[in-house]
Amino acid sequence: MLAVDVEKRLGGFSLNANFVAEGGATALFGPSGAGKTSVINMIAGLLRPDRGRIVLDGDVLFDAGKRVDLPAWRRRIGYVFQEGRLFPHLSVRRNLDYGRWMCSQAADVAAFSHVVELLDIGALLDRRPGKLSGGERQRVAIGRTLLMRPRLLLLDEPLASLDAARKQEIFPYLLRLRDEAKVPIVYVSHDAGEVKSIARHVVRVDGGRVTATGGLELLPD
Amino acid sequence: MLHLTPQDWTAILLSLRIATVAVAVSLPFGIAVATLLARKDFWGKSLVDAIVYLPLVLPPVVTGYLLLITLGRRAPVGAFLADHFGIVFAFRWTGAVISCGIMAFPLMVRAIRLSIEAIDRRLEDAAATLGANMFWAFVTVTLPLALPGIIAGATLAFARALGEFGATITFVSNIPGETQTISAAIYTLTQVPGGDAAALQLVIVAVIISLAALVASEWLARRATARMHGT
Repeated sequence: MLAVDVEKRLGGFSLNANFVAEGGATALFGPSGAGKTSVINMIAGLLRPDRGRIVLDGDVLFDAGKRVDLPAWRRRIGYVFQEGRLFPHLSVRRNLDYGRWMCSQAADVAAFSHVVELLDIGALLDRRPGKLSGGERQRVAIGRTLLMRPRLLLLDEPLASLDAARKQEIFPYLLRLRDEAKVPIVYVSHDAGEVKSIARHVVRVDGGRVTATGGLELLPD
Repeated sequence: MLHLTPQDWTAILLSLRIATVAVAVSLPFGIAVATLLARKDFWGKSLVDAIVYLPLVLPPVVTGYLLLITLGRRAPVGAFLADHFGIVFAFRWTGAVISCGIMAFPLMVRAIRLSIEAIDRRLEDAAATLGANMFWAFVTVTLPLALPGIIAGATLAFARALGEFGATITFVSNIPGETQTISAAIYTLTQVPGGDAAALQLVIVAVIISLAALVASEWLARRATARMHGT
């Protein structure tokens, strides 16, 4: 379970997010500029809240009052960025291995081939990110995140940088990911259709505030 | 075509040795300072910035003289190093390494800094979410991506060190076999009646070495860039 209760001022914009995400997929849903990405950056440890607490499965990641602020690299939270952010100087294989390498884990051939199969990226392993299409890049980014064995998966508009055809290409993989990865997912999106097919819980964010939490009934038709 | 005397060869090899050692020793500092200036905001940053670039705008003779009055045998730092560690820089080739290294430092830092500033910091964030602490994110992401700039900076510094004259001759003088570099040897020859032909030989050598350094760096930087974005 993920419990977030944070406040942050960003220039003239003030962000105040308070919600709880249980297992399964929770969507942070709201228009662009609502502060959704800033919220998950705070969960990941890339942005430091001014006040508040972030707790994941009883483990305090951030607590302003107790001066706890676990650095991003020790949080073990997987993050799939909107633009993939693959390392351009490393092959796909080494991108996939990066998390394991940084956490000095032994090679797990079974896990590796499972993820490669799940995302259908076996043919891409020896290529560089520069030679991949947008959809392929995003699949590799998802795989890289899965292979670090995260306790929580953050997906920040993983389809937003793709055209309609590419979205169709990735979408089935996201559904498989949700069903097979046994970690909770926080899915950021401004697309109600996407959220409907992926998430069970919805946290509606608008103007830097959580305006409602609940199920899919919160989504516009 | 070229008829180089043993003295010429001594000066050429000494120049190459001084420039190579100067670049090798200053490169880690250059990378550290460039990273600091590119990535951190701290109190007194503009002062550090100014000090790093100072040798670029100061007359080289001034830099050499400042070195002489700090690292000379009777100067405070120089005397301390000589008495306690037996390290002497004045009138030694190692002193030339210092003056050349300092004169070349701004060019090195500038090239590396530009390449680090051009790197998408969000890649370092991505590395952090994958478990890399700041040190490892730097070593595995920032440093390789900055490689073309590091190569360019090292080459510029090498060429600058090779051509250094004013600071070096002021600090360590012009001793054949110890501190007489190509530039100093050319200068000496032009002071001697009939030395023009011999000076020209060394001028040609200097042009060849500099050109070779530039071509090599261009090739290396291209390869590094291709490695980064290509197949």
